[in-house]
Amino acid sequence: MSALAAPVHPLAVQTPLGEIPGLVLPALGETLIMVGIVMAIVTLVGVPLGALLHNLAPGGLFENVAAHQALSWIVSIGRSLPFLILMAAIIPFTRLLTGTNIGIPAAVVPMSLAGIAFFSRIVENALRSVPPTLVRVARASGASPLQIVRTAQLSEALPSIIGGLTINTIAMIEYSAIAGTIGAGGIGYVAVTYGYQRFDQPVMLTTIVILVATVAIVQLLGDRLARLATPELRSRRGRLRATGAAAPAS
Amino acid sequence: MIRIERLSKVFGHGDAATVVLDGLDIVVGAGEIFAVVGSSGAGKSTLVQCVSLLERPSSGSVIVNGEDLSSLSERGLREARRRIGTIFQADGLYSRRTAAENVALPLEYLGVTKADLRRRVGELLERVGLSSRARHYPHQLSGGQRQRVGIARALALRPTVLLSDEATSGLDPESTASIVELLKELRDDLDLSILFITHEMDTVLRLADSVARLEHGRITESGRLVELLRDPESSLGRSLNPSRPALAAAPDSDTWLLSYLDGTVPPDWILRLARTLGTAVSVLGASIESIGGAAVGHATLGVRHTDRDALVRAARELGLDARLAAPAQRPDGERGLAPAGATPARAAVLAEASGAVV
Repeated sequence: MSALAAPVHPLAVQTPLGEIPGLVLPALGETLIMVGIVMAIVTLVGVPLGALLHNLAPGGLFENVAAHQALSWIVSIGRSLPFLILMAAIIPFTRLLTGTNIGIPAAVVPMSLAGIAFFSRIVENALRSVPPTLVRVARASGASPLQIVRTAQLSEALPSIIGGLTINTIAMIEYSAIAGTIGAGGIGYVAVTYGYQRFDQPVMLTTIVILVATVAIVQLLGDRLARLATPELRSRRGRLRATGAAAPAS
Repeated sequence: MIRIERLSKVFGHGDAATVVLDGLDIVVGAGEIFAVVGSSGAGKSTLVQCVSLLERPSSGSVIVNGEDLSSLSERGLREARRRIGTIFQADGLYSRRTAAENVALPLEYLGVTKADLRRRVGELLERVGLSSRARHYPHQLSGGQRQRVGIARALALRPTVLLSDEATSGLDPESTASIVELLKELRDDLDLSILFITHEMDTVLRLADSVARLEHGRITESGRLVELLRDPESSLGRSLNPSRPALAAAPDSDTWLLSYLDGTVPPDWILRLARTLGTAVSVLGASIESIGGAAVGHATLGVRHTDRDALVRAARELGLDARLAAPAQRPDGERGLAPAGATPARAAVLAEASGAVV
């Protein structure tokens, strides 16, 4: 307390400590709902879009240079705008879709767009790292194009897609703070309006701690999932069994 | 059986066009193993791509059991691919699937029922001797075991043709030998036509019935393996079974190269030859072996003072081709400088070292 007491701004309005949880916890809930909805949309759209990007490119399954360039341009535009600008620029579109330009529904639209652009690049990149032999194996085994995408590309790239999903989720938590400025609520909104605009340091610190913890948990979960999806890393015991089994075979 | 007719593949157009395959003709009968050898850049990979129908030939056809597969639509092509099993160089296993799940892939693509799939995968893994490794992931298997999984997968849809793309390249000698044995077994049991593409001459000797050499997109030489090996004029035969360096002949002796023309050569032919000619014959280097059950061999001999025509005639009677490699340095008289007797003994050691089974 004494550490916090020292640099209090003359204009500071401090929330009583007892009220902080009541302020911050619902905000955290809003953030989680917002990011959850956005990530569901991002995954549903971003994975097929990333796969399409990868396979329209030269050497892909549906090689089409013109279509690839067009799609790539659109994605790049989505990636190049700062989120705040993107959010402001598409307000008419957001209103058309959701009927409002404030609150969680209004935040979900620009966040999803930015997230999809980001994630489709991540998926494209993950698919690029799958050995091309596997696609040939699938084709030679009589797979249809969709079967190839599913089994030889997405499935093999899963650990790296999960890694990308983790990065993306964390980026969305960050975006949710910016979205807070259009009244979407959430932990970022609390940090800005209480912590920054009212110089309320205890609230500021609390939101920081919560954000750090949330990001750490997301990262931990993502790493765990990616490891589970990689047979080589799944368990130490598995590896021991493997070396034990390989010995009598030779 | 598989028949490849006038197969050509051109990449690019107009001036930039590169002819990678130029009118190849290959016929692989049922139960036959046909090897295509060639150095890198000869067009082997393109041949594989065209035969496995992953790449459309520019012209010519690929005919499996009488049906021309090269003129099919994209959809028909997918069906047709199922009639050709392909084994890839780097086994091409999916890292996130177990051995059994990898073998199941083609069956899954086809939409086989779960029960059928399980039964067939069990059969296939047993066929390649990996039943106990069904639940292992690729990283838990050795290189040879992974290739066995690759072979089991290639056989999943009961193809009549097996296409092997450098299947043994990169494997250690022991694994290579076991894969060669497995392929021969499969050929015998399933009456497969196997098109075996490789750059390893050694493997060809152990496996192939017929061989073709691919050079700059053309087949420059081809034939039955044993016939090529017994043809003293065949450069492919020589590169398949190269002579190791022989000892030098004594100064007063001619150096002769003899090679087996057929299977009738008596095992004691050197003795008989010396007796017929009535002169000393030294063995400077030799390799005699059984390739697919047929005797194949060549020898470098040092022969002193003799009627050269008589030697060629005598050799021919024994079933050997003889040609003079180098005439004696000092044809008459001045003998005695070289330690006679030492040479044949050392030659015998060399003959043994090169795996002769006289």
